[in-house]
Amino acid sequence: MPHINLPEGLPGITSGFAFRPETAKPMRELAHLLLHGPNTLSPAERELIATYVSSQNDCYFCQTSHGAAAAAHLGTNSGIVEQVKHDFLQAQISDKLKALLAIAGQVQQGGKQVTAEAVEAARELGATDLEIHDTVLIAAAFSMYNRYVDGLATWQPQDSSMYASMGEHLAVYGYLTPSVTPSVTPKIGN
Amino acid sequence: MAHIQLPEGLHGIRSAMAFRPETAKPLNELVEILLHGPNSLTPGERELIATYVSSENDCYYCQTIHGAIAAASLNDNEALVKKVKYDFQSAEISDKLKALLVIAGKVQKGGKHVTSEDVARARESGATDLEIHDTVLIAAAFCMYNRYVDGLATTQPRDEAMYRERGKRVARDGYVSVSKEYLPAEVAR
Repeated sequence: MPHINLPEGLPGITSGFAFRPETAKPMRELAHLLLHGPNTLSPAERELIATYVSSQNDCYFCQTSHGAAAAAHLGTNSGIVEQVKHDFLQAQISDKLKALLAIAGQVQQGGKQVTAEAVEAARELGATDLEIHDTVLIAAAFSMYNRYVDGLATWQPQDSSMYASMGEHLAVYGYLTPSVTPSVTPKIGN
Repeated sequence: MAHIQLPEGLHGIRSAMAFRPETAKPLNELVEILLHGPNSLTPGERELIATYVSSENDCYYCQTIHGAIAAASLNDNEALVKKVKYDFQSAEISDKLKALLVIAGKVQKGGKHVTSEDVARARESGATDLEIHDTVLIAAAFCMYNRYVDGLATTQPRDEAMYRERGKRVARDGYVSVSKEYLPAEVAR
């Protein structure tokens, strides 16, 4: 049961967003810019970074919904999502993305864990300053989203078809609007 | 030296925000609502939560600037800010704020660390669902801001007078307004 009286029938972060629309707005805009906006990193690459960090933070809702968004972008290569979560160094991804995932993993542990060597390795593989910046901020932002979702003990159904449909929606439309319709009519408690 | 080429003459999160003004906008709007907007928790209480989490994350820039904003919101009581950072249980703050700081400290470790007992204790001390929500989100958001500031290895001058002066202005005018100092005009509306 959630720690506070969240609207019923909405999974994960969507219940926090419905409870407090004022804070939902910039949180949605940030995710949209980082994961869906124009970028030299593809949406699939950025969703993989978000999925990996959420997996390291053990947030079921976030790793599953962003894993589904990454899978929707990857199409027939969707098996890469599980490879990245379990051992990204062996995954069928570019060396540059591996170097960025190493930085993201350091940020997940704490900002000071990022080493100049990790940044240099990414740069040697072609990562730009903007790509390194966005990797750091995606990993930092998911250190927020994951804590928000689990810190309120939100409802996180184990329903693979729901996440698959969310992932398709997120991959096409991004994050500015809700990606799920409530399974019951949402009502705000007192 | 910062890990990437950030604008010179700016420090901490300002240098990162000026590097990428598009993401600066929602980052500033979120902190404005959480710490400066209308709330049943005072700005001083919310800044203390932000300062405590930044201190637990060992982020010098964030704990110093938010500590300064907290002090400016609390009749310049810098001693109280220090006390909250190092031992909030014996600080002269309300039992409700202590219970909320316990929750914030759990969120800092990880979302799953928050227990229903922690939440029940805050509620018994008078905390509302919205106050508990905002405490969780402030703590979560500072796990982002702290990682952003340290993850890029931004410069963080050891200059308490600078933070004190800036803290007074942010406490008075808010985050979005002050961001006009370092963001392009079209972003800092």
